[in-house]
Amino acid sequence: MKSIVSVTNLSKTYSDGHEALKDVSLEIADGEILALLGPNGAGKTTLISIICGIVNASDGSVSVDGHDIIADYRHTRSLIGLVPQELTLGHFDKVWNTLCFSRGLFGKAPDPDYIERLLRNLSLWSKKDTEIMALSGGMKRRVLIGKALAHEPKVLFLDEPTAGVDVELRKDMWALVRELRESGVTIILTTHYIEEAEEIADRVGIIDGGRLILVENKQELMQKLGRKAMIIELDESLAEVPDTLARWGLELSGDGSQLTYTYDPRGVRTGIPDLLQAVGEAGLAVKDFKTTQSSLEEIFVSLVKGRS
Amino acid sequence: MNVQAVKVIYKYEMLRAWETLLQSFASPVISTALYFVVFGSAIGERIAQIDGVPYGSFIVPGLMMLALLTQSIANASFGIFFPKFTGTIYEVMSAPVSFLEILLGYVGAAATKSLIIGLIILATAGFFVPLEIAHPVWMAAFLLLTCVSFSLFGFIIGLWADDFEKLQLIPLLVITPLVFLGGSFYSVNMLPPIWQTVTLFNPVVYLISGFRWSFFEVSDVSVGVSLAMVLAFLVVCLLVVGWMFRTGYRLRQ
Ligand SMILES: Nc1ncnc2c1ncn2[C@@H]1O[C@H](COP(=O)(O)OP(=O)(O)OP(=O)(O)O)[C@@H](O)[C@H]1O
Ligand SMILES: [Mg+2]
Repeated sequence: MKSIVSVTNLSKTYSDGHEALKDVSLEIADGEILALLGPNGAGKTTLISIICGIVNASDGSVSVDGHDIIADYRHTRSLIGLVPQELTLGHFDKVWNTLCFSRGLFGKAPDPDYIERLLRNLSLWSKKDTEIMALSGGMKRRVLIGKALAHEPKVLFLDEPTAGVDVELRKDMWALVRELRESGVTIILTTHYIEEAEEIADRVGIIDGGRLILVENKQELMQKLGRKAMIIELDESLAEVPDTLARWGLELSGDGSQLTYTYDPRGVRTGIPDLLQAVGEAGLAVKDFKTTQSSLEEIFVSLVKGRS
Repeated sequence: MNVQAVKVIYKYEMLRAWETLLQSFASPVISTALYFVVFGSAIGERIAQIDGVPYGSFIVPGLMMLALLTQSIANASFGIFFPKFTGTIYEVMSAPVSFLEILLGYVGAAATKSLIIGLIILATAGFFVPLEIAHPVWMAAFLLLTCVSFSLFGFIIGLWADDFEKLQLIPLLVITPLVFLGGSFYSVNMLPPIWQTVTLFNPVVYLISGFRWSFFEVSDVSVGVSLAMVLAFLVVCLLVVGWMFRTGYRLRQ
């Protein structure tokens, strides 16, 4: 894998003494979608801000496309687009003007056709002459994306792109991200929505307390840590798990109507056939059963909890 | 050099002035006209002449300076303070622009605006009083230098201020008094000797004196000193801005 962004031993201590990043190293592959997960205050925005040149690092270095972000800032910054976490926009600016401004700021000659296509893709074309303050929150978010894409960046940072965005728009956003990836753009997004990372990311990085706890291929992560659970719904409630079923370590739900069996799906023998047979022999009437796989969210919670 | 960036920043700032045309250009004209009515007509009748110049004409350079200084500072400080305040500055900071380019964009636009205002005031003044400019080139030079150096100064204030109060503080508490006490409406020679000496510590005196000389060839201090003072102020501002940019002062955490 060719890496487009290399973060090496990055640390950041803010002027108030707060250590927001502690020795973070990370390679971001060209063309991937990387999701950064982490609780509030974990340091996600700080990491992105350093790579984009908004915050100075205290220690360590970052290179983009093989160029140092400080020594070669003109090169690295022209490759990067940033959609910030906050809806920071000039209220009185018009949509069209603000996109043209962004493009120029990044040193690109005006290209009205490109801006038009971009606005159409973002379903903002009809709003091109509208002042930003007259737009809805979701539209403003899209304007920010438009600004970040106005100079045709190769690497796009999306800091919580779907915070406060409805389901419909979130799906649109995901589609857009996939499209961008198709066109060769590397995407790094931060999110609190684990289903978002699960849905679109190739790799997932987890940050907590300023440390990068792990970066892993999404599938591998789920496989490594994901356990499956089979839930058996019973016709009649039980007071306790029958002794004959003890060896499966079943959990009985509070109202006694469900048995949950947790197993490792990669195991050679899951024990399910035996369990089902034993359930029958115990004379339990089964109403329904289903299996579930633990989501990234559960993995995430167990990881973060495990550390504190 | 990222010429596109300088262009869009400059254009953005000029557009802002254009969209608030009334506030940007009309209000300095109106207040200048009012000064003429009050000082030129009402008081001027009693003062008649200073250093052989009719009072109404005498105050024109001072009035222009008053407007140039306040407008340059207001425009430039607001231009950089506001994006900082709203957070939109993130974009400029993440863009491949050097500090010089940022400066050219913001300060260039602010200086242009005050230059336009200065010329509008000059034209307005022409309606009220007879005007002759003895040294047009010097006049233009003083005009330009003042616009640029005080826009730079405004830019520094805008970077330094982290709230609206600080933004207003220096223009209100320092600049306005200095301009009023700097001989805008009178000749320093009219003051008691002790105040004449005190006045020499007021940098605005040199500015107004030099500027007035380019109109009427009368001055409180020699033109060379005036010019040196303005240039020195410009250099100091440049040094401060350079230092601010090197350290990322109030911009980069
Ligand atoms: N300008 C600043 N000065 C001082 N401390 C800061 C500053 N910005 C952020 N911090 C601190 O650094 C830590 C990391 O903040 P950061 O914004 O990077 O977190 P985050 O992971 O993006 O959180 P969230 O999910 O809430 O956006 C927090 O404890 C925060 O309080
Ligand atoms: Mg954040």
